[in-house]
Amino acid sequence: MKPFRYVRATSAAEASRLSVEHPGARFLAGGTNLLDLMKLEIERPSVVIDLREIPMATIEETADGSLRIGALATASAVAAHQAVRARFPVIARALLAGASGQLRNKATSGGNLMQRTRCAYFYDPAKPCNKREPGAGCAALEGLNRNAAIFGQSSACIATHASDFAVALSALDATVETVSSDGEGRAIAVDKLHRLPEETPHIETHLQPGELIVAVIVPRPAPGGQVYRKVRDRTSYAAGLASVAVVGDRIALGAVALKPWRARKAQAALEEGRSPTEAAQLELADARGCGGNDFKIGLARRLMVAAIEEARG
Amino acid sequence: MTNLELKILNEPASRASFDLVVNGQARRLHDLDVRTTLLDALREHLNLKGTKKGCDHGQCGACTVLVGGVRINACLSLAVSHQGDQVVTIEGLGQVGALHPLQAAFLERDAYQCGYCTPGQICSAAAMLVEWEQGWPSQETVDLAAPRSPLTDAEIRERMSGNLCRCSAYPQILEAVRDVAGPA
Repeated sequence: MKPFRYVRATSAAEASRLSVEHPGARFLAGGTNLLDLMKLEIERPSVVIDLREIPMATIEETADGSLRIGALATASAVAAHQAVRARFPVIARALLAGASGQLRNKATSGGNLMQRTRCAYFYDPAKPCNKREPGAGCAALEGLNRNAAIFGQSSACIATHASDFAVALSALDATVETVSSDGEGRAIAVDKLHRLPEETPHIETHLQPGELIVAVIVPRPAPGGQVYRKVRDRTSYAAGLASVAVVGDRIALGAVALKPWRARKAQAALEEGRSPTEAAQLELADARGCGGNDFKIGLARRLMVAAIEEARG
Repeated sequence: MTNLELKILNEPASRASFDLVVNGQARRLHDLDVRTTLLDALREHLNLKGTKKGCDHGQCGACTVLVGGVRINACLSLAVSHQGDQVVTIEGLGQVGALHPLQAAFLERDAYQCGYCTPGQICSAAAMLVEWEQGWPSQETVDLAAPRSPLTDAEIRERMSGNLCRCSAYPQILEAVRDVAGPA
């Protein structure tokens, strides 16, 4: 691990200000992804800004029926929360489908959204990766790309986003609340938080320098069943090959793109009264594989059909 | 609070002095490189070698300890970030002559071969049973609305999936945890 300096912030605005003052700084929340990457020297922060003193771990229902999840609420706390289990089960199911008990006890809601890809070439400094080193090239294009993206990829990057939580939040039309160094806040739809790779895969979100996620806001869910389904090589403690969140007619796919993939074509088809099979076929018509991951197109289609049917009961 | 403690709160520092409460005792870490993980602080600086380093990347669970009663991977945590926290390691869970029920059950069921993963397995299982008692659901939980799900074998396996055993003593580990948990 490269040397860094450690500092604690006591408010979100202070954390953001510290981040702007120290280029190359990183926020430390649960640290389960950041510390791993720091040990591999893929992350080399100049300063680590520990958020532990900032009171933003609360999970609360608000008067309008929405749910506010503090950015430091752990995955375990969110999944065990009574309101989440009763009214937003797709969130609990998504969180419980990821990581291990130990990791869920440490990993936070904000950190989950900001986690970096698990692409094997991003993790391998001996191989070129445009995300790790802009302009270096992408070894995954001609490499082992079984788990690469089938939507929104570019000639610079075919990695996927690893979050299950973000997939459920996308189907729920959730937003993130942020604070910047001037103390001003704003709301960003989870759907608009992450960027597709295009030619700049090292720029991963639409957050400004120093901008910190302080909470996730989940509006009253759309009517209808909620389902989260995930397919992976092992049934526990493994990254997904494809996943799907269904909330009524709102559908998002996971592990298929560098962001949660909101299936708006499938939603429109369902709203026109078309069958789940037709809806899934329409959505997946735009997908393309790169060899090793061609199977994910059929997998995602079947998964979507099964989840929509399960949500309809 | 000492000057050093104020310093790490107020301005970035590469070394820090602070206290952890380990197995009920305040333990001082003096002038520690802030890169030191909780795992290395326990093993290399506090001489508590029961907690094991397996993968050092959060994949194997050998380093599982309890912080505030909650199980975490000590390898993926900076020690300095745990200033003032209550940490329990395998040394604090039970002692020779006064074994924790899970330690006794692991002996009885022969739930190990090489034993390297065992401290992590036992710390993990101890906290896992508390999580279950508190009604935390898992992927195997059928009814999320129920206050507490039956602790089936599938539930135990799922809740313990963060602890790998390369000797593959899983059937005996399951039996040992079952002995302590009682029937599903």
